[in-house]
Amino acid sequence: MATPLVELRGIAKTYGSGEAAVHALKDTDLRVYPGQVVGLLGPSGSGKTTLLNLIGCIVEPTRGRMDLDGETVYDNRWLKSDLRRLRLEKIGFIFQFHNLLPFLTAEENVAVALDLAGVSGAEARRRARALLDYLEVGHRRASLPSRLSGGEAQRVAIARALANRPRIILADEPTAALDSGRAGMVMDLLRRLALEQRAAVLVVTHDETIFGRFDHAVSLRDGQVEAGG
Amino acid sequence: MNLAVRDVRHNLGRFLLTCLGLSLLLGVVLSMIGIYRGLVDEALTLVRSPGADLWIVESGTRGPFAEASRIPGDERDAVARLAGVAAAGSLTFQSVETAHRGRTLRLYVVGYEPGRPGEPKRLAAGRLITRSHYEMLADRRAGLEIGERVRLGRDVYEVVGLTDGVVASGGDPVVHLTLRDSQRLQFELDPPAARRELARGGRPAGLDTVNAVVARVLPGVPEARVAAEAARWKHLAALTQGEQEGLLLKSVVEKARRQIGLFTAILMAVSAVVIALILYTLTMDKVKAIATLKLIGAPDRTIVALIVQQALAMGVIGWSAGTLLILLAKDHFPRRLLLLPDDALMLGAAVLVLCVVASGLGVRLALKVDPATALGG
Ligand SMILES: Nc1ncnc2c1ncn2[C@@H]1O[C@H](COP(=O)(O)OP(=O)(O)O)[C@@H](O)[C@H]1O
Ligand SMILES: [Mg+2]
Repeated sequence: MATPLVELRGIAKTYGSGEAAVHALKDTDLRVYPGQVVGLLGPSGSGKTTLLNLIGCIVEPTRGRMDLDGETVYDNRWLKSDLRRLRLEKIGFIFQFHNLLPFLTAEENVAVALDLAGVSGAEARRRARALLDYLEVGHRRASLPSRLSGGEAQRVAIARALANRPRIILADEPTAALDSGRAGMVMDLLRRLALEQRAAVLVVTHDETIFGRFDHAVSLRDGQVEAGG
Repeated sequence: MNLAVRDVRHNLGRFLLTCLGLSLLLGVVLSMIGIYRGLVDEALTLVRSPGADLWIVESGTRGPFAEASRIPGDERDAVARLAGVAAAGSLTFQSVETAHRGRTLRLYVVGYEPGRPGEPKRLAAGRLITRSHYEMLADRRAGLEIGERVRLGRDVYEVVGLTDGVVASGGDPVVHLTLRDSQRLQFELDPPAARRELARGGRPAGLDTVNAVVARVLPGVPEARVAAEAARWKHLAALTQGEQEGLLLKSVVEKARRQIGLFTAILMAVSAVVIALILYTLTMDKVKAIATLKLIGAPDRTIVALIVQQALAMGVIGWSAGTLLILLAKDHFPRRLLLLPDDALMLGAAVLVLCVVASGLGVRLALKVDPATALGG
């Protein structure tokens, strides 16, 4: 296979220290290749979100090595100084509660990500519109998030995650707020993205109805990988 | 894309309500400053209206405004004969209250000698006093019309001319009478009291007392030299016009200035606290949005701009509305409100600085927001 987009070797995360230390993630190895959709499963508190945050460069690992898109970004310390830029260019986040900015319209919510990456106003809007059309929420582009249904909001959030064509897409419970029909559609969409954009998609979920839709699944328990990987 | 504008638009009602509150506060600050300016300006109208260079008053006093001063009326001749003096005139000053058309009228009466220094230099309407008795010049602020008759003491006076904006330091409108009329008003005892004085063997009270003599000096003659000359008379003291103005400002305005300064400082502090609190709560409400922005790669400067721009908008709108409010309301204040453009601009600048400083609390909070909080846990 090609080089993995995400490669973790012996990555561990401990919150706090001494008595209060929580070993949220013990030495973990993981590879995700372009075009793959990988599920992260496990009971609450097993370290799924922590794992996603580590890959998203939001939380600093305690030790180990992490390569993203063929580049080593962490090797017992950060090797990249501008993690914000890295997030902006390489990683798309899709949130559990779809975290759209409440004061921006659907279109603006997508355009703001492009704007931050330096795409000019008119061009950002044009691309935002195209993305919303692609995700079949183009007709809702002028609506504020509070006016969108759960499924619509989730698709806008996905459009925003995709705006800068990230190679790595991280989704934390993307279907938690959706009925099973909608959940299936979102999963189909992520699958399509993985294939069309040669992206790596990691999906944290509790939702058993979508377990069958992953290329493979990683089960976590107490910070340790139980299966898959 | 400007996030601040969009966020404001989303919370427009609350934002405007805050601006309204702020504008009221700033309006009060501005009116305080305006009242102070008006006070200074008004305090000087009276002392400037005679157009004098020199004030001759009772020795050992700093009259006639800061302290009482009485000198014999014939001193005017002696002052006029001093070398360097072009002309001199006697003046009296007193407060009176009279019932007029069913209301109480508080007036400040100035007695002057027609044709001599002390006569008002400019009339807004009507004519100067020409008859030696029972005519008066009133200031517009008294609300009197030309031809109106007003009882002062035992006599009735007719308004023949109007001045504009001459008031005493307490804000009472000034009326001018002839020196003779004003002396009778001030010093003449009413008939029963006069009869009692006579019965007790006293002499009839001398009426020719004045409160001050003002003089104009010849062109090119230093006032201070003439003042020193006049002060050589043991029973007199002399002040230049500049000294008189300074005295008046010190005695009358100084306390008001400190009080108003204190109020202004307190109100500015209150404004700062209000702005800081509002910005802090506005930021609190946006913590999740800020975390999201950070997560998708927004630099700190985008987030700081979001908060500081709102703070500045709040300041600009609050200040503009406050200024507008005072411009509309200023003529309805009981005391004159003098709104100087410089004062308004200074306040505006102070408010902008205040807003930036006050936004510090919100900015600190925003910068501490952990992008990870945007992710569902
Ligand atoms: N910021 C943090 N500080 C301390 N402990 C944390 C923090 N985040 C997560 N944890 C702990 O790490 C463990 C794994 O949490 P998490 O990754 O959120 O699990 P999951 O997403 O599977 O529910 C839990 O015990 C949790 O309490
Ligand atoms: Mg979780």
